[in-house]
Amino acid sequence: MDALNIHQLQKTYNNKFHALKGVDLTVAQGDFFGLLGPNGAGKSTLIGILCSLVVKTSGKVEIFGVDIDQDFSKAKQMIGVVPQEFNFSQFEKVIDIVVTQAGFYGIPRPLAMQRAEKYLTKLGLWEKRSQAARMLSGGMKRRLMIARALVHEPQLLILDEPTAGVDIELRRSLWDFLREINKQGTTIILTTHYLEEAESLCKNLAIIDQGQIIKNTSTKELLTQLNQETFVFDLQDALTQAPDLGIYRVTHCDGKTLEIEIDRGVNLNGVFKALEEKNIKVLSMRNKVNRLEELFVHLLNDNKVDNVKALNEKAVVHGK
Amino acid sequence: MENNKSDNMNKVMWVAFQTIVLREIRRFLRIWVQTLIPPAITMALYFVIFGSLIGSRIGDMGGFSYMQFVVPGLIMMSVITNSYSNVVSSFFSAKFQRNVEEMLVSPVSNFVILSGFVIGGVARGLAVGAMVTLLSLFFTHLQVSHVFIMCSIVFLTAVLFALAGFINAVYAQSFDDIAIIPTFVLTPLTYLGGVFYSISLLPEFWQLASKLNPILYMVNAFRYGVLGVSDINVAYAFGMIIIFIIFAFAFALHLLGSGKGLRT
Repeated sequence: MDALNIHQLQKTYNNKFHALKGVDLTVAQGDFFGLLGPNGAGKSTLIGILCSLVVKTSGKVEIFGVDIDQDFSKAKQMIGVVPQEFNFSQFEKVIDIVVTQAGFYGIPRPLAMQRAEKYLTKLGLWEKRSQAARMLSGGMKRRLMIARALVHEPQLLILDEPTAGVDIELRRSLWDFLREINKQGTTIILTTHYLEEAESLCKNLAIIDQGQIIKNTSTKELLTQLNQETFVFDLQDALTQAPDLGIYRVTHCDGKTLEIEIDRGVNLNGVFKALEEKNIKVLSMRNKVNRLEELFVHLLNDNKVDNVKALNEKAVVHGK
Repeated sequence: MENNKSDNMNKVMWVAFQTIVLREIRRFLRIWVQTLIPPAITMALYFVIFGSLIGSRIGDMGGFSYMQFVVPGLIMMSVITNSYSNVVSSFFSAKFQRNVEEMLVSPVSNFVILSGFVIGGVARGLAVGAMVTLLSLFFTHLQVSHVFIMCSIVFLTAVLFALAGFINAVYAQSFDDIAIIPTFVLTPLTYLGGVFYSISLLPEFWQLASKLNPILYMVNAFRYGVLGVSDINVAYAFGMIIIFIIFAFAFALHLLGSGKGLRT
């Protein structure tokens, strides 16, 4: 059974903004699924619909086979949500926030206390349980929201940018925690702006742009579509302009830095040979950006071009 | 199978209801300096100034000393104000801090959310009412004429104003919006609702005008429960409060269902 099945999901807000334009999406049970997209693409609207904070205009959503139009209460019992922004009472104690949330799912207080201890300990917050939530650091608040979302042990965990503004060390420890939860059988849907995060965690990915899914495939499959990488070369001596390296496209960034685009499958030795011929000494070399990030930008640009083309065609038709 | 499913959901809703009520009670107890002490001090001042100092010069009213006459009205005034303000500030804060989403994303039904907040408001209204009653015993002797009427009218009034507070909170978009109704509607209606005087003292026109004020009925019904005297028919008061409660509950439930100010 699929964890999530979305068919032709549409959302138009009162201000006529068409946020989702017929989204079809399937997430398999046990998947670690990444939903990527630029700001305003429709990610949060989609998540809002899944957890009932946004009312869909049309379309069908099933969570573990339960249609949200038929029995949303049952569907909600299977979902845990970690929203993008802090949405707990700043004045309540950490333990009270988690135990209260368990109560909303019908978990009796003694069991809720056990679960709260389990998840607060796992997320390193048990020592802070008696503190008011406002006293926690930003990273701790994020972890508190994860503990709160897990206290009823949902089958589907939805995380909307869970590591935004979190330092690298904490981000990596959260990744380990999420991997463990996923390994234990919880299906995870993650939205993130850190594409390194998606590449590292997600088995499957969908890219949403302007309310439409423009790519939906496995992370591996997506990365094989990357046909070009950009490398940054730090030079020993400054150059005044970009050298002509034949088949390699070179950008002159500043005196001692060059960016060279290299097609997939092309031998890197050739680049070094060409640089050697020009008597250019290389001190170090690195990838310009994360591989997925590069692909992401290409896909969004392609989508923009397609949309402009479609608009132009429409204009021509109307002109006739 | 279907019965089991329904039983299970009923259990979920019952635990959720208890959770909301407990959280509401914990909230007003946590900030007792803001929620419990100020009404007690205000009412003690009323007792001293209107009851003891000025009241002794006013003489009897409705066959009782002025102090005895105003005590039921002041208890009712504190119940009305506190049950209203508990729900309006708690629910608006939950909207403002967005922790209302904790409930919205969970399986809790709108009926349970509304009932939980209302009972939380009733708990504060009754807690303050009990404190004010105890305080009043330092100033006068109180006898209870009709216990059932007294208890049921104070409970129903607390329910009604907790519902009104909830509706105000749903519409409110800023902290100013939750202060407007208590300041410009609730306080004048309470002061003109027979708390400090019997409407038999007013000219006929103002007696009729006073009878359009619903708070007059609640104050007088409560006074009837305590002292056994009232300016109005107590049965009217019960009927009116119950009708208002039914309409307010249905309207608040409709607002929650429509997602007004909560869902987009």
